[in-house]
Amino acid sequence: MSDADHQPSRTKVPMPIATLDDPHLGDAARNPERAEGIIALIFVVAIVMVAGFGAAYWQNWNPWILGGTMGAGLFLLGFGLTAWGKYLMPQGPFVEERHVLASTDEERDSMAAALVERSSVVVKRRKMLGGLFALGSGIFGIVAVFPLLRSLGPVPGTSFDRTDWRKGSILVDSNGRAVHKDTLVTGGIMTVFPRGFQSNEQAQSMDQTVLIRVQDTDLVTESGRETWAPLGYVAYSKMCTHLGCPVGLYEQELELLVCPCHQSMFNVRNGAVPQFGPAPRPLPQLPLMFNADGYLAAQAGFDQAVGPGFWERTTT
Amino acid sequence: MSSTLGGSKTAREMKDERGPYGRVGQVVGELDDRLGVAKGGRVFLDKIFPDHWSFMLGEISLYSFIVLIATGIFLALYYVPSATQVIYHGSYAPLHGQRVAESYASTVRISFDVRGGLLVRQMHHWAADIFTGSIIVHMARIFFTGAFRKPRELNYTIGIIMLIIAIFEGYIGYSLPDDLISGTGLRIGYSIAESIPFVGSYLASFMWGGTFPGNSVLPRFYIIHVLIFPLILFALIGAHLTLLVRQKHTQFPGEGRTETNVVGSPMFPTFMAKTTGFLFMVAGASALLGAFAQINPIWQFGSYEPYKISYAVQPDWYMGWTDGALRIMPAWEFTAWGHTIPLEVFLPAVIFPGLVFNIALMWPALERRMTGDNALHNLLDRPRDRPKRTAAGAAFFALLFTLFAASSTDVLANYFHLSLNFTLWAFRFLTVLVPIVVAFVTYRLCIEMQGVQGVGKRKRANIVHRSASGEYSTETSAPRPDDEHSELHPTPVPDRIDIEPLVSTSAADAANGASSPTGARQVTR
Repeated sequence: MSDADHQPSRTKVPMPIATLDDPHLGDAARNPERAEGIIALIFVVAIVMVAGFGAAYWQNWNPWILGGTMGAGLFLLGFGLTAWGKYLMPQGPFVEERHVLASTDEERDSMAAALVERSSVVVKRRKMLGGLFALGSGIFGIVAVFPLLRSLGPVPGTSFDRTDWRKGSILVDSNGRAVHKDTLVTGGIMTVFPRGFQSNEQAQSMDQTVLIRVQDTDLVTESGRETWAPLGYVAYSKMCTHLGCPVGLYEQELELLVCPCHQSMFNVRNGAVPQFGPAPRPLPQLPLMFNADGYLAAQAGFDQAVGPGFWERTTT
Repeated sequence: MSSTLGGSKTAREMKDERGPYGRVGQVVGELDDRLGVAKGGRVFLDKIFPDHWSFMLGEISLYSFIVLIATGIFLALYYVPSATQVIYHGSYAPLHGQRVAESYASTVRISFDVRGGLLVRQMHHWAADIFTGSIIVHMARIFFTGAFRKPRELNYTIGIIMLIIAIFEGYIGYSLPDDLISGTGLRIGYSIAESIPFVGSYLASFMWGGTFPGNSVLPRFYIIHVLIFPLILFALIGAHLTLLVRQKHTQFPGEGRTETNVVGSPMFPTFMAKTTGFLFMVAGASALLGAFAQINPIWQFGSYEPYKISYAVQPDWYMGWTDGALRIMPAWEFTAWGHTIPLEVFLPAVIFPGLVFNIALMWPALERRMTGDNALHNLLDRPRDRPKRTAAGAAFFALLFTLFAASSTDVLANYFHLSLNFTLWAFRFLTVLVPIVVAFVTYRLCIEMQGVQGVGKRKRANIVHRSASGEYSTETSAPRPDDEHSELHPTPVPDRIDIEPLVSTSAADAANGASSPTGARQVTR
């Protein structure tokens, strides 16, 4: 703003607080004492409230009283202050001129000239120096990416493809108890892990497997999986192929596993092929067998990567 | 200051020495000698703020950010960012003796064993929702009134970037307690990162420090949540406000308002009182919500375990639209040449949000290109006067709202006893139909409103008279106060104000309509 806008005019004028013509503030303007009284009352109540907040903290009263007194106290302080500003301070309307942000044409030319002329005359003459500097900072930029990113975590490698299920892994629940052939009745369901990996969060996430007893005789979910579900015990990876949520709901009547996140549904009788929802692939099935003691074990690990899709996931 | 050798001075002499403005005048003088603050300071005190209710939406964001900082500092004193399993020994009996994550245990401890902790935690969560919500509503105001036009495109861009950061900041903060629901949210976030072609598995593995749940995500998210994002937000808020002061506010057209001036109330004391009061009101409202409206009761959800999940899993509301998009997307996974592109995740959760924010960021440039309007604008549009922009914006928000609703297909199906298949397909159609219908209806409404005479004015009654001879005649009733919008003509802030003695024009003068320099009848105090 130029100096001219603030030439001191020594004439003192009364500053208008509120005008009687203003439809919203007319009442306050006619009777400012009344507005002042109401605001004073609001402030008094606010003081009581904030003092009450202190007492509530001191006496360890419940959170409703603590928050209620604090909230009411702060809100009323704010309300009173805002009302003071609105009804008892100059409202105008006042006007202020905008200054033009743009500079003059000469000033613009002058800046552009400095940039163009100096770079062409001073900088471009030493092209080699510029090139070397750019090369140096470029190399640093590329090199710096490695410690910045690479050290953050391990290269994924095959970690997304593998679980801890192996040939002969004993199925155990989260407390490490093995699953006997009589553990589940028909329609029963439980979450199992390979023995030795049931209490490690990282392993739990990849290895979680849902075990369902669909019937009490051997079940064939697909051709080629004739021996995978002895005595009707069938096991699928519990990690949804959509976004990796645990497929935690089982609709027993329809024999559907349901993911609570986005409602993908998998039919447990036909190889957990998705029947509904956004999941693109069946849940991988774990081939089961009974060991000599009658406990359930894996014939082998999963034959494909479990969980959601990713770039390196092979299609076979 | 003169020498004190002459002995003690009277109060009168001291006062005379300080000049007509006393101690304050002296401080201004000393500061001005060193920093040269007086000239700019006076301009600053006179700075005019337009009075319109919609201009306080951004203030809500600013003040809820302050509430977030204050409550966040309190929470940081007790929260432990660690996924290490510990046995819970606190005053919440149902969890007693259970193995839980340390971060979860510390959050339950804040809720039940730190005095005032539950209140502050709930205030923090509510203030975060207010923060994100008010930014969105503020952004809608900027959009529909055309405040983003030249010269303010840069400030609009800064605002959108702050919105994006606020959404991520909310997601990260929501994940910190490591309860069952937020843990599931993290799992979904991991899978979304995994879905990105070429780099996805690296990105996920690097960010989380291995396969899910990794062992570094909580400390990393913690430092991002309490330091890195707040610092960026702080810098961007500074830039946002600096640009605002430099370019001055926009204003709606009105009495005495032009492209080259600003009409409103002055910074000091009027605006300062109102806005400080508003800060207290926002803080008070957060405290009242924190006291009476329970939010995120993590002790009911339990600590996160990778193989557990609960029914009706939903993200916080500002992420809901991406969850809706994930739900209605068909299961189109693309596989070829030994590679997998999970389009059923990558499209709705990466490409679509990317498009949404990029279109929002590019809108000022797009509109400038479409209209060819390169002029500077300081007067705001009424939304009805720009029907195409208003229709486009309404359709945009309608799309996001429909997707938000689609994130509850299962809950809606349950509540209304419909099949899940029906709600899913209904939302697939609605996602396409609703924005088109909303765009059309908005466009027509804007055109119609432009044509209506006296829209926004209160209707006046028609009084029907019957004369003695049986003739009928009508007349319109006299206008009541407020029927017609009237504004006073603005005047410059006076350079000097008569402060002594405090003059109050008597009620009699006021009633007589005593004239004043502003041309309006007024009361001075």
